[in-house]
Amino acid sequence: MYPMEMEIVDPVAATGIFQFAWALIAWPLLVTAILLLAGKASNSWGHLLGVAGAVGDFVLAVVLWIQMIGTEVPNRAVKVPVTEWMTIGTMSVRADLLVDQLSILFALLVTGVGSLIFCYSIGYMAHDPNRRRFFAYLNLFIAAMLTLVLADNYALLFIGWEGVGLASYLLISFWQHRNSAALAGKKAFLVNRVGDLGLLCAMFTMFALFGSVNFNQVNHAISGAPATWITAIGIFLLVAACGKSAQVPLQSWLLDAMEGPTPVSALIHAATMVTAGVYLVVRSHAIYELTNAASLAVMVVGVVTLLAGAWVGSTKDDIKKVLAGSTMSQIGYMMLAAGIGPAGGAFAIFHLFTHGFFKANMFLGAGSVMHAMDDDTDMRHFGALRKVMPWTFGTFAMGYLAIIGIPPLAGFYSKDHIVVAAWERGPVFGVLAMIGAAITAFYMTRLMMMTFLGDKRWAEGIHPHESPAIMVGPLVVLAIGSAVLGVVLNNAIQVWLAPPTGHHPHELAWYHVPWQGWATLLLVILGVAVGYLVYRRPIAFDAPGKVNPLVYIGRNDLLADKFNHLVFVRGGGALASGIALVDDVIVDGAVRSLAGGTKGLGGVLRRTQTGYSRSYGLTMVLGAVIIAAVLILGRLG
Amino acid sequence: MDPNAYLILSAILFTIGVVGFLTRRNALIAFMSAELMLNASNLAMVTFSHVTGNLYGQVGAFFVMVVAAAEVVVGLAIIMIIFKTRRSASVDDQSQLKY
Repeated sequence: MYPMEMEIVDPVAATGIFQFAWALIAWPLLVTAILLLAGKASNSWGHLLGVAGAVGDFVLAVVLWIQMIGTEVPNRAVKVPVTEWMTIGTMSVRADLLVDQLSILFALLVTGVGSLIFCYSIGYMAHDPNRRRFFAYLNLFIAAMLTLVLADNYALLFIGWEGVGLASYLLISFWQHRNSAALAGKKAFLVNRVGDLGLLCAMFTMFALFGSVNFNQVNHAISGAPATWITAIGIFLLVAACGKSAQVPLQSWLLDAMEGPTPVSALIHAATMVTAGVYLVVRSHAIYELTNAASLAVMVVGVVTLLAGAWVGSTKDDIKKVLAGSTMSQIGYMMLAAGIGPAGGAFAIFHLFTHGFFKANMFLGAGSVMHAMDDDTDMRHFGALRKVMPWTFGTFAMGYLAIIGIPPLAGFYSKDHIVVAAWERGPVFGVLAMIGAAITAFYMTRLMMMTFLGDKRWAEGIHPHESPAIMVGPLVVLAIGSAVLGVVLNNAIQVWLAPPTGHHPHELAWYHVPWQGWATLLLVILGVAVGYLVYRRPIAFDAPGKVNPLVYIGRNDLLADKFNHLVFVRGGGALASGIALVDDVIVDGAVRSLAGGTKGLGGVLRRTQTGYSRSYGLTMVLGAVIIAAVLILGRLG
Repeated sequence: MDPNAYLILSAILFTIGVVGFLTRRNALIAFMSAELMLNASNLAMVTFSHVTGNLYGQVGAFFVMVVAAAEVVVGLAIIMIIFKTRRSASVDDQSQLKY
């Protein structure tokens, strides 16, 4: 089924501008340090420096990208030596960077979408006294994310992996005076630790088998490893990807992560960080090509999550949580594509790229709506915002059309390829991916109907208004990206990504749509129609108390919190008290009874110590008699 | 000369000493009984020396005598002091040393 001989691209040594690729990481890190150390002194100019952190990086990334386009294809993967990190015996880990087609694409996405979101944040966080700290954390995130995607080995990738986890934690609980935000941050941190365990186990296994965690060396050595261990590494990496990308069963943190400021949700929890799991799987494609079981597991996780996310998205009333469920669902599509193998990897990144645009666009649009509605997120209190917020509505509509996959917008192409690839891998996956597309159309239509169309259901004293230009500008740019990127990148991206994903592209014309594409489009139109007909009716201001079980489960995040509470909190507690009981009864019991026995024996023996010298004498005589008897009997025997 | 007679005498003396030590309360009598046991063993050792034809037993007897003499000095002094302070020479009255 899979081609056994893989083409592994060996990176060439860095020359020219590539030698300075480390500045991509160093510059935002420097900005973070300045903003955090300067403190209140930088309040007046901190946000401008913060934006410069992202924009400067974007410029450098574009320069590197242009340089790479000018390079011949075999020499496009570039190794940038930075420093020796650690040497233990004969084993050495270097902190080097790898700039290739995949990582430069990520760098462009992170810094490009990042720059827009940074600009937007100037307006969104204008009234927050801690705006400077917010920009410091955002820059920390950019530095960590670029470390993640530019690392040339799993150990350095892990540093970035933890770094984005830290930045995510800091930003989710940015408004830490709200208890729910503090709790959500902790939850995200804890669930991510479970995934980290997977990545650590994968690294340990690689060290044990190959003595190296360098991507290139692992890719070369992997085919010689025992099949069981290849599968194990694949599963470990999948666990890591599940944690970071909020895939079932480690999805529960993403919905709570919406407690963070909306630009954070857009940048970290929609466009970039949560897609790190997809990056990890695509980057490790050489491993997954050799293990059918692990790549099948990736596909199953992807399909389950794309349906679970759509389910959650269909039931929530909170606009950000609908978008969060939708993010889970779209990342599920990417995981599905990444699990398909070389043919899917490029499409996974394609969808990741377009999703980065249209989802960031919609999150920022939701932020704009919240800004207008006095930070209310309940869609039941919206309605009819189309007229008062025309720019937000227009840009949001582009994102909406893109995500449900209306041609010729971006989502149509990227999702279409995944559906076709899934269909070729197995009809079950293809059908489920199509159903997911229909549900996506339904819940996004529901969101549009409840937010922008229909009747006014505004709370008293709310006077919605369009957001300032600094917020609308990024929305427009992202909306244009959502509209045109599909056509622009449709064929180019898979040719571009062919070397790092091991894919042999075939020509994909933007006007050619296979039958699966038409079928999906039909289902999408059906979903839109159902959504329109259902939510055309008046919507209650308050959520109904009694709902059917499907809605109930969706509203409660698929009962994941209840499950975790029951199994891990209560179960873990029971296990701990069980162990405490064993310690108390058996271990302590043994020690205590030994002490008690010795004491009791002492109490008995103490009585022989009478103080009467005659009784001592008797004891001595008896002892002597016994010894004599033993001696005599021994002599006789 | 039959050495068994000496050994039997030694055993009789030792037994008298033991019984005396265990039955009499008076410290001086107990002391005398202890001396009797020591001398019974001396007699046995001298007899063995005679039987085996070397001097080891006799040397041992001398050692016992020397130690017994020293013991008498210390022991009698203790008994004197106890009698002076407690007006009693009964060994059963002197049971506080267990503390």
